[in-house]
Amino acid sequence: MDFGLSEFQLSMQENVNRFLDDEASLDRVREFATTDHSLAQDIWTGLVNLGVVGVLVPEEYGGLGLSAMDAVVIGECLGSHVTPVPFLSTCVVAPRAIELAGSDTQKNEYLSTIADGSKTIGLALSEACAPRGNAGATFRDGKLTGTARFVSDPHADFWLIADRDAQLHVIAAGAPNLEIKVMPQIDRTRPLCELTLSGTPCDPLPNSTSDILQHVLDVAWTALAFDTLGASQSMLDQAVEYAMNREQFNRVIASFQAVKHMCAEMAAEIEPSRALLWYAGFALDDVPDEAHLHACHAKAHLAEVGTFVAKTATVVHGGMGFTDLLGLHYWFKRIGFNRQFLGGPEWLREQAAIAQNLAA
Amino acid sequence: MDLSYGPQYDTYRQEIRDFIEKHRDQAPRNAPLKSDPAKHWQKLLIEHGYTARTIPKEYGGHGGEPDLLKGRIIAEEFARGQIPGGLGGQGISMLVPTLLELGSEEQKRQFIPPTLAGEMVWCQGYSEPNAGSDLASLRTSAVLDGDDWVINGSKIWTSTAHLADWIFCLVRTEPDAPKHQGISFLLFRMDTPGIEIRPLVDMTLAPNFNEVFFTDVRVPKDQIVGKRGEGWYVANAILGHERDSLGDPNATLSRMTRLIELMKEETIGNERIIDNPVYRDRLMKIQARVMTLRFNDLRVLSSRLNNTDTRLARMISKLQGTELRHELEGLAIDAMGETGLMYGPSEFLRDGGSWQNQYMYFLGLIIGGGTSQIQKNIISERGLGMPKEPKVDQSAAKVN
Repeated sequence: MDFGLSEFQLSMQENVNRFLDDEASLDRVREFATTDHSLAQDIWTGLVNLGVVGVLVPEEYGGLGLSAMDAVVIGECLGSHVTPVPFLSTCVVAPRAIELAGSDTQKNEYLSTIADGSKTIGLALSEACAPRGNAGATFRDGKLTGTARFVSDPHADFWLIADRDAQLHVIAAGAPNLEIKVMPQIDRTRPLCELTLSGTPCDPLPNSTSDILQHVLDVAWTALAFDTLGASQSMLDQAVEYAMNREQFNRVIASFQAVKHMCAEMAAEIEPSRALLWYAGFALDDVPDEAHLHACHAKAHLAEVGTFVAKTATVVHGGMGFTDLLGLHYWFKRIGFNRQFLGGPEWLREQAAIAQNLAA
Repeated sequence: MDLSYGPQYDTYRQEIRDFIEKHRDQAPRNAPLKSDPAKHWQKLLIEHGYTARTIPKEYGGHGGEPDLLKGRIIAEEFARGQIPGGLGGQGISMLVPTLLELGSEEQKRQFIPPTLAGEMVWCQGYSEPNAGSDLASLRTSAVLDGDDWVINGSKIWTSTAHLADWIFCLVRTEPDAPKHQGISFLLFRMDTPGIEIRPLVDMTLAPNFNEVFFTDVRVPKDQIVGKRGEGWYVANAILGHERDSLGDPNATLSRMTRLIELMKEETIGNERIIDNPVYRDRLMKIQARVMTLRFNDLRVLSSRLNNTDTRLARMISKLQGTELRHELEGLAIDAMGETGLMYGPSEFLRDGGSWQNQYMYFLGLIIGGGTSQIQKNIISERGLGMPKEPKVDQSAAKVN
């Protein structure tokens, strides 16, 4: 009996955290956020060297070939540092989808270029979750037509897209009849775009099934929940540190019960959430029957915990929390993004009810 | 991550299941304290090591080796079998561990065996009308007069005082010492002259609590656990045990399972409550929190087995466990609507009124055993390293 992260997972987290502490400071995040959003090559190269980028790519294609759990726990480090990299898409969802649904040729082509860091693959999966408006893409005669919104990584080399029949395809950034339009949004660490497809050639993954699509979404939801966990813990740590230094009425504000209780409430929400996420991460590969339900609950619950922490930690900082100067809003917005992206908490809870035959 | 307990524990689990099936008929249902069925069941459970498992045989226990997983499996299987486990109460859950740790050999032999057997019932005399969250400010006094302590004062929230044979009681014996160092831990009979018990009915309308008044109560001076002035530390040696047992996530999980069934049974017009998305969303929100606390509990268990640090994970369990349970019971009442108002004999009463009762009872547990506010102080100070509230200048504080 050992309920917790493995030695390997802990040391991977430690290495990634150390690297990000040194090389991906808030100043670096700001720089990314205020430029054109193309890949933060310095951070990306570091993550390639640490094995993060190829964590899910099988060894034969140059990756580490580890489990979904090993991959999603890294999300905690990236959320904690509000790191602007296409981790969720290129390191987590795309390799899993291509490994399960792709042909040998496709695996050769895409997986090895993921592992060596030379190509990135964004996600066009919002329409496979809770589509807004009339968005969606139809596949006919080898081509895709329609729109995909809230697509991650406008500067990606490829996108993974699910069509209206739950079939997965890869679209190349340079494909003809493809229009890419950035969608400006609150979280500047993970830019989004809209793809307009007008008979756009694509590369269908031949072994696609709706089960595979659901599995990769479960992995994505769990990874996003870990990202929120890391961002929430960082916000709490920053709030406690700020309260320990800020003096009013001749004492540090951390000595006021009103402030202490806000921090205690944040800790009381964050700390037990770890255990939920560990189980959800573990279930992805090891308890397949329970993976979907726990992934729904993991993402929905962390959306609620994160929203509470994002607000409360900001309030503990007083006026400074509201400023751009302090930069706390990067975490606030990161958590806000994770809440909505690929399905908000109400929709996910409905999926959890459906998974238990409690809703049609 | 390894969730298996191992093959030897699978065998152990099966033994318990067989036991439960074989003896199900003998399990008492709502048997009064000290009744024969209650004592008989307790004896059977001790013999098999399903309660008092690690307490030495010479003190009336089973004498088994400490094994956290066995304890866990017993709790899981008795809950699953919906069959009562060993006797609880403050004597067994609080006094016995205290005596095992800090009692004299004579005290252990005198008190532990009859307590475990269900023959000697205890109540706890800690809280006072003016000493609640600030327990260490308690004022009930004990003054040495010859070979006796003479006790004057009163206690409140004293569960089962009216049924108890004995009390373990915190009293002030050193009035001039700093407040934490002036307290002693005494044991005495509840039929000692000078003790008056008045029932204190709680909002569930059950007479669970009492007020207890002491007027010149004489207690032999050797009926003290630890030394004079050490009572605060004696009491605190096990206070953590009480908190760990409030808001048990496995019990909450059983209630969750029943709540889902209830929401399939109850209707508004022709619509089942479970088919209404507003109620369903509340249910799913609570389910995620039930899961969260259950996994948190597994994490704590695992850390105790593997000696890793999980202070924060432990500290939050009373706060979150009691708040969640109160909310869960409240959803059941909302699902019943006006039917949820029924409280007392009625053809409309569901599940024996347990939802209404537990909804109120858990409000009591949010307050008792260290209020949620006190838990937040503990989490922020000991968990997050934030400073204590500065001491208030007494002359300035007492304006009125």
